[in-house]
Amino acid sequence: MAVIPSTRRVRVRSKAGKQLHAGPFAYGVLILFTAISLFPLIWTAIAASRTSGRLSQTPPPFWFGGNLFKNLGTAWTDANLSTALLNSAVVAGSITIGTVLFSTIAGFAFAKLRFRFKTFLLMLVIATMMVPPQLSVVPLFLWIAKLDWTNHLQAVVLPTFVSAFGVFFMRQYLEQALPTELIEAARVDGASSMRIVWHVVFPVARPAMAVLGMLTFVFAWNDFFWPIIALTQENPTVQVALTSLAHGYVPDEAVVMAGALLGTLPLLLVFIVFGKQIVGGIMQGAVKG
Amino acid sequence: MASDLTAAPTASPDKGGAAPRDHAEQARRDRDERRRKWRSRFYRWDVKGSPYAFVSPFFLFFAAFGLFPLIYTAWNSFYRVELTNLDAREFVGWHNYTRLLQDEFFWNALKNTFTIGLISTVPQLLMALGLAHLLNYKLRGSTFFRVAMLVPYATSVAAATLVFTLMFGTDYGMINWALEHIGFSHHIDWRAGTWSSQIAVSSIVIWRWTGYNTLIYLAAMQAVPPDLYESAALDGASRWQQFRHVTVPMLRPTILFTVVVSTIGATQLFGEPYLFGGTGGEKGGSAHQFQTLGLYLYEQGWTNYHLGRASAIAWAMFLLLLLIAAVNGLLARWLRKSQ
Repeated sequence: MAVIPSTRRVRVRSKAGKQLHAGPFAYGVLILFTAISLFPLIWTAIAASRTSGRLSQTPPPFWFGGNLFKNLGTAWTDANLSTALLNSAVVAGSITIGTVLFSTIAGFAFAKLRFRFKTFLLMLVIATMMVPPQLSVVPLFLWIAKLDWTNHLQAVVLPTFVSAFGVFFMRQYLEQALPTELIEAARVDGASSMRIVWHVVFPVARPAMAVLGMLTFVFAWNDFFWPIIALTQENPTVQVALTSLAHGYVPDEAVVMAGALLGTLPLLLVFIVFGKQIVGGIMQGAVKG
Repeated sequence: MASDLTAAPTASPDKGGAAPRDHAEQARRDRDERRRKWRSRFYRWDVKGSPYAFVSPFFLFFAAFGLFPLIYTAWNSFYRVELTNLDAREFVGWHNYTRLLQDEFFWNALKNTFTIGLISTVPQLLMALGLAHLLNYKLRGSTFFRVAMLVPYATSVAAATLVFTLMFGTDYGMINWALEHIGFSHHIDWRAGTWSSQIAVSSIVIWRWTGYNTLIYLAAMQAVPPDLYESAALDGASRWQQFRHVTVPMLRPTILFTVVVSTIGATQLFGEPYLFGGTGGEKGGSAHQFQTLGLYLYEQGWTNYHLGRASAIAWAMFLLLLLIAAVNGLLARWLRKSQ
C-alpha cells in the first residue's frame, strides 16, 4: 500500500474505492430471496383462511378464502391459546428482564471494573455459550419433578434467566460506549457503585439494552426444547400449544395454520415496529463478537 | 487514605482538650471522624466488592441451572433412573454407555445429525455469504431487504415446521405440485425417504437461519477497509477476484464463528425433525430416517422413560461438541498458518 504514490492513490479512490451500485442481477437475486423469506408466512395466512378440504386439493390455494376467523376461533379454543399466549408473554417478558438487567451489570463489571480472576471469569462466560441446554435437561427435569414445578412457569423461566451471550454482548458494547473517565468522575464525586450503575451505566447502555431485550424476547418466545419437557397441555406456552394442535389425532390443517399464525403474529408485530433496530443489533453483535 | 485516618485522631485531643466549652465541637468532630472512617471503609468495600456482586447473578444462575445439572447428568448416566419411579435408582456403572454403543439407533441418530447438519449448514452459509455480498452494494431499499430476510429468524420452530410440513405434503403439497409442473411426474413422499426427509428438515433450518447469517457476514464486510479493494482494483482484479481474494480472507474469523455456531446448532437439532415427524415425532420417521441425537435423547428419556440412558446420550453429545471444538481449533490454526 505504501508504495503507491499519494497523488495517484487519491485519483484512484474516486473510482475504485467507491461503493459499487447494485445491478439488475443483484436486485433480482435479492428480490427472489426476499420472496422466499416471506412466502411461507404469507402462505400460512392463506392456508389459515381456507378449509382443510381445500388444502387437500391441487393446485394449492394462492389467495385468501373466507374461513380465517372460524379457524382462528377453533385454534384459539382447541389449543388453549389464550392461556398459551399469556404464558408466553409472561415467560418471555421475565426472561428478557432478567437477562437484560443481569447482563448489563455483569457486562459493566467485565468492561470497566477491576477485580481478581476477571479474565478467567470472562473466559468461563464465553465457554458457557458452547454448552447446549440439552446436556442439563435430565437433572433439571428431576428437580422440577421433585419441587412439583411441572406445569409452573418458573420451571421455564429460571433456567434461562441469565445469558452468557447477553453478558458478552453488553461487555463489548460498554467497553467502547462508556468512557472510563465518566466512572472515575462519578467516583470522585463520592457515588457508590450502585449509584454509578443507575445514573451512568444504565443511561449509556440503553440502546444496547433495548437490542439485547428484543433478541432475548424473540429467543424466549420461540424456545421449544425445554418448555415441551417442563410444561404440559394444561399450562402451555405457545410453542407447546402448537405442538399439541399438530399432534392431534386428526389434525385440521387449516386450523393448525391458524394456530401457527397466532403464535407468530406477536413477534411479527415486534418485528414490524423494531425490525431496523434488531437488524442493527445483530450486525453490531456480529462485528465485535 | 491511610495517612488521613492515622493523622486525624492525634490531631483532635490537643486541640479539643484545650477548653471545656469545646465539648460540643469535640463531639461533632468525633462524629465527622467516624462518618469519614465509615465512608472510606464503605468506599473500599464498595470498590472491591461490587464487581463480584455485579457478576454473581450470572454465575449463581449458571452454577444452579447449567454447571451443576451438567455434572449431575454425568452422575445420572451411571445409574438406572426410570421416569416412572424417580426414587428407585440403581447403580449400573458403564452399562448405559456400553448399551449405547451397541444400539444401532444411536449410530443412526449420530449419522443423521451429521448429514442433516452438513446439508443444512453448508448451503446456508454459502448463500448467506453471497447474499451479504449483494447487500453490500449500494442499494435502494437496503433496510427493507435486511429486515425481510431476517423475518424467518423471528418465526418459531413450531410455526415454521408446521407450514413446511404442509408444503411438503405428498399428494397435495405445494412443493410436489411445483415439481410436477417442471416435469417430475412422480410425487416424492418427503417424510418417508431418508434423503427426501433429511432435505425437507434441512430446508426448514436453511429458511430460518440464512438471513441471520447474511447479516453477520454483511456486518463483517462493512468493516473491511476500502483501501484493500482499491489496491486490488489497481492490480486489475475483477469483481469475482476481489470477492475471492479480499472479501473471503478478511471474513475468515467471521466465517469460522458462524461455522462454529451453526455446528453447535446442528448438534442440538430437535424441533424441526420432531414436528416434521408428526404424531410420535420423537422417532424421527417410521424407520428413524431423520432421528437426530436430540430426538433420540428425548425418545429414550421421555417416551421410553430411561432417564439414565438419556443422560448417557447427553454426555455423548457433550464429548462430540468437545471434539468439534478441538477440530475447529486445529482448523483455525491451520488456516492461520496457510495464510
